This record gives sequence, structure tokens and C-alpha cells, in this order.
Amino acid sequence: MQYKVLIVDDSKLARMVMASALRRIRPDWALVETANADEALAAVSGGTVDIALIDFNMPGVDGLELVASIRKTHPSMPVAVVSANVQNEIIGRARELNAGFVSKPLTDEALAAFLSGAALRLKKVTP
Amino acid sequence: MDTGELTDLEQDALAEIANMGVSRAASNLRQMVGEQVFLSVPSVKIVTREAASRLVERENVTKLVAVQQSFEGPFAGRALLIFPEAQSLELVRSIVGDQHSLEDVIDLEQEALAETGNIILNGCLATIANVLHRTMRMSLPSIVRGDGASLFEVQGTASGGQFVLFLFIDFNIKKRDIHGFIALLMDLPSIAALKTIVNDFISAIERQPSGHVG
Repeated sequence: MQYKVLIVDDSKLARMVMASALRRIRPDWALVETANADEALAAVSGGTVDIALIDFNMPGVDGLELVASIRKTHPSMPVAVVSANVQNEIIGRARELNAGFVSKPLTDEALAAFLSGAALRLKKVTP
Repeated sequence: MDTGELTDLEQDALAEIANMGVSRAASNLRQMVGEQVFLSVPSVKIVTREAASRLVERENVTKLVAVQQSFEGPFAGRALLIFPEAQSLELVRSIVGDQHSLEDVIDLEQEALAETGNIILNGCLATIANVLHRTMRMSLPSIVRGDGASLFEVQGTASGGQFVLFLFIDFNIKKRDIHGFIALLMDLPSIAALKTIVNDFISAIERQPSGHVG
């Protein structure tokens, strides 16, 4: 099954790192990149996004606020907050929002684990 | 003049790498103070030392205290944890615990600041070094007090008009009303070296090697 992954990060470099890792791990999956929360919400409301990887520290709406917005319309979409900010409060809030947490600097192993879990959850939802 | 001007992508890369370093450092600080540490988005500028010194005098607070560490390696510079002097004791108290008397906190101030700075700045620099796959040597922390100009040696050996690469992020601990900056300051020769390393890093991502980057 092929899925479409949304990458949200204000840093182009960070998007490049995530996109590059994603292409290595799941070369057949589609990806779409956005640089802020507004663009991300527009992409999600388009209905074609299956999974989202969201930076935490962004200008304007931060990653956790964005996850909260996505949850209003997509309560079960697999979403991970991606950040080097490994403070308990950030990880705890991500959990409350039913989102994963993948730490930066990003490793293929951590991203692969999240994507595998996400693929399994999506399979359950749409058998 | 070759100020080693940065392309948009280089600037973006430096901000992101600094952000990773500072976010790790903030996580270390959170463990020490037991309260969430909030961070701004990072700012990367090539400015004069004099301009950098004014940026840290927020709301015209000129009595500052900084823990600083020099770093050396493929590029060299200084990392500083800066906050208003009036908040120094509050920061120390938040680390050593509220049960200590004011006298104890004052006694512990130098040592606690040096240790805090050491953990935070090392966390920041080590993350940056790891991301770039380079080794950096770090000095022991020292404490500087004064206005922005004295922190950044605007007078003295370096000229205030000299351009530096200035990366900074402000942090605050809302429950303690403590706010400050984590700043990295690099001279121009280092900027050229850093540009090369950052470009290596960027092209490594673009080549999509089978290993992993970042």
C-alpha cells in the first residue's frame, strides 16, 4: 500500500532531510512539503494526506497547535511531531494529541519505526 | 567585501542546525530546573559585534550576566548563555531548589552558573558537532558580567565594527519569570569554513546516500 506523507517544517533543510530519509525508507510513497501551518491545513483538508510529520518550533502556529487543529477533522491520522526539543511537556502534549514523537537529528531508524506503525494503523482503518 | 555572505539555504541550514542544538540544550535546562523552557525560533544574522551586542540588551536591560565557552575545531567561536543579572539568583534558585537560604544561593551562584552554562552550552555544541560530523573542543565555562558590548568584546582586541555570524534564540521559563538568550558568535574566517561544512552537509542530503544524514 502506498501512502502520501505530509512534511511540515519552516526550514527547507529540515524538509530536505525528512524527504531524503522518507525516500530511502519508503521509496514508493508520495510526499508533499509545506512550510507552515496554514499550508499544512490546506493540504490536509484536500483529503489526500495519509500521514504527517510536523516540526515543533515554527514561527506563528507551532507544531503542537497544528496537530491539535488536524485532530479536529482527522482524529486518527498517524502524525508525528519531529523536534530536538525533547522536553517532557512537549512529548507529553504530543501523546495527549495521539501523535508520535520523533527526535531530531533525524535517524532513518526512528523514522522507519514511526512509518511502520503508521502503515499498520492505516491498514486497520481501511482493510 | 567578502563577508562570507550566506545563501538562503545556508542561512536556513544554520538556523535549523542551531535550533537542534539549542532545543537539546533547552531540554537539558528543563531537566535542571524542573520547569518547561520555551524557545523562540532561531535567528541567524551577519552583523557587526556592536549590533549583536545591542540585540541582547532587550528592553534596554544592560546589566547582563553570561556564561560563555569558547569552541574550536573546523570553525571557532563562542557560545553564550545570557540573561539579565537581576535574574541570576532566581535561575540558581530554580536549579538548587527553593529550600536554600538566600546566603546559600549567593554562595553557590558562580559555581551553579558555570555548571549550568557548561551543561547547556555543551549540549548545544555537541549536537551541532554531531550533526555536522565534526569534532569541536570546548573550553571551560567562564562568567562575564556587564552590558552587551562587554560580553561581545566590542572594545578591546576585536573591533566593534567587525562582522560576526550571530545565531541566537531566546528562551524563557515562564513559571520563574526568567528569560535570556543562547547565542553563538563566530568570526568571519570561521564563517567561510562553516559555509563549506554546511554545504557538504546539504549536498550529502541531496545525494541521498544509503546511510543517514542529519
